[in-house]
Amino acid sequence: MEILQKYRRARIFWPSVIFLGILLFNTIISKGEFLSITMMDGHFYGRLVDIFRNGSKLMLLAMGMTFVIASGGIDISVGSVMAISGAIACSVIRGNLFPFFQGSVFFALVLAVAAGALCGAWNGFLVSRVRIQPMVATLILMVAGRGIAQLITNGKIITVNSPSYYFINGGYILGLPFPLYLVIILFAGLLFFTKKTAFGLFLASSGINDKSSRLAGIRVENIKLLVYVFCGAAAAGAGLIESSGIKGADCNNAGLMIELDAILSVAIGGNLLTGGRFSLGASICGALIIQSITTTIYAMGVPPEVIQLVKALLVITISLIQSEKLSIKLLPAKAAAQ
Amino acid sequence: MKLKRTFSEISLLTITLALFVIMYGAGVLFYGFRISTFLNLFNDNAYLIVATTGIFFVLLTGGIDISIGSVVAFTCVFSAWLLEKGFSAGFVIPLVLLIGLAFGSLQGFLIVKFDLQPFIVTLAGLFFMRALCSVISKAAIAIKNPFYLKVALAKIRFTLGRQHPKIYFYALFAVAVVLGTAFILKFTKFGRTVYAVGGSEQSASLMGLPVKRTRVMVYGLSGFCASLGGVIYSLYTLAGYSLQNVGMELDAISSAVIGGTLLTGGVGSIFGAAIGVLIQGLIQTVVTYQNLNTWWTKVTVAALLCLFIIIQRAMSVNGEKARKNRLIKAA
Repeated sequence: MEILQKYRRARIFWPSVIFLGILLFNTIISKGEFLSITMMDGHFYGRLVDIFRNGSKLMLLAMGMTFVIASGGIDISVGSVMAISGAIACSVIRGNLFPFFQGSVFFALVLAVAAGALCGAWNGFLVSRVRIQPMVATLILMVAGRGIAQLITNGKIITVNSPSYYFINGGYILGLPFPLYLVIILFAGLLFFTKKTAFGLFLASSGINDKSSRLAGIRVENIKLLVYVFCGAAAAGAGLIESSGIKGADCNNAGLMIELDAILSVAIGGNLLTGGRFSLGASICGALIIQSITTTIYAMGVPPEVIQLVKALLVITISLIQSEKLSIKLLPAKAAAQ
Repeated sequence: MKLKRTFSEISLLTITLALFVIMYGAGVLFYGFRISTFLNLFNDNAYLIVATTGIFFVLLTGGIDISIGSVVAFTCVFSAWLLEKGFSAGFVIPLVLLIGLAFGSLQGFLIVKFDLQPFIVTLAGLFFMRALCSVISKAAIAIKNPFYLKVALAKIRFTLGRQHPKIYFYALFAVAVVLGTAFILKFTKFGRTVYAVGGSEQSASLMGLPVKRTRVMVYGLSGFCASLGGVIYSLYTLAGYSLQNVGMELDAISSAVIGGTLLTGGVGSIFGAAIGVLIQGLIQTVVTYQNLNTWWTKVTVAALLCLFIIIQRAMSVNGEKARKNRLIKAA
């Protein structure tokens, strides 16, 4: 009972209820077909498995974005970083880039993630050292990054023929899709890192007030740099999953407009967009909500452009709900009590 | 303090102007730029000059508007669609301008009234308008309206020896917008308030200036200028396509910054911003002359933007140090 009480107060409560609600809605309109999971060739198949597999990119991005937003920043370059990582991985495997690796998939992955981390380090440098507003700092890479990816691939769509590369998106371990394991391992690691070390506290503190955190002896600059590096690396991971899914690198469309989804995941999870306290689990739930809404809307035959419209409106609605001014106006009693 | 700020403003503008002159001079030497190349900078970038003017107001107040690229695209697609349906230009142009103004004001209202962060609101605006474009039409629509065709081709031709440089009507219009903006900023109450709000919102509000109204108005102005830029762009290309002008907001922001506008607000000149646009136009021209991948333009512009931000940062840090030293001496 106590656990239930604690769960109800946690940030993850509402997002998880909404997610289950959407699943229930889908189950009812599809008359139970939605939940059916079949076993074929030792793999699980079904809509639910699809949501987790297709949502894995977004879950990775949401984890990186949660950290960045908690630090009081934002990263709108994640889509371009995805394009860069896909471009690098495919070029290395094809041998167009760094031919002495002889198309080794392992080095391709390492280089792609390193490139993502480097992009993140650049963003972090601009934000924490040069003190540019995060929006403008990452806008630079958002626009230039796609250009860099185009220059890496010479403006072509590169296809690769490598079963071990395909495994990143299409592989199965114990019947479950491989990207899901990536998400789970990273999530567990991060949860441990933020809860068992002081990092989580430092991060939230620098997001709430970076001046006083600095005076309290927290190295705010380094924390900010670190979260952008991590966000870049996570975006690179998402880029690898995407590029492995289409079996190639398409710099124009890889991760296009996914920035909004990532920010929306964090916001739907109930994390404040102004920074401060955060919950990784809630962001993951947010990502799952978005993925399941997308799947549902596709299944209902609504054109994808409309989904973007709805998402844009959702972002505004959520930030309005989070706005203190609005809540003071609507609920004066509650505001007074606080 | 006043002297110091004017100094940094002027020196930033000098750097920008020097950069333009050097780049253009190099172009004359290596690529044989002519008078027509110079006029084409205006012809090809008229829409960007107008859109930059709008975002310039927002940057002066210390805000940001990243929805303008989408607003330009929406204006083009929507007006092309309406014209195809047979509406007259006299109806379509005022309508799209009004939509731009209303959309910008709505963003400003949300930002100011509910204290939302400008980037979240305008990011949502960016995606909203872009999605609206693809809802209207995913394919490119050509504009065949006679009025548009007539205005698009209206131009002045000069004769200089064997050269026949030309400047289009809409490019002159963009120049007029810049001059008008300079007048507004210098001589109207609104213009002075914009600078005051950017300098320090608190002081401005203690002085009794209408801070909130001004902040909403600059976003409205930004939306209006973006749709005006959109009208010019639709004259320039005579078509509307849902994926056009992706990333234009960076072009506009970097023009303003290269031209000496501080992203923290309060400092900047519209002429600098216009020169910033021309510098980008030069980069574009060189990339075309060299037959390079067009993405080089974006990469170069982004690099230039970084460089200028770092210069600004260094200058403001130096300024602060000098001020501290003076204060210490005075004490």
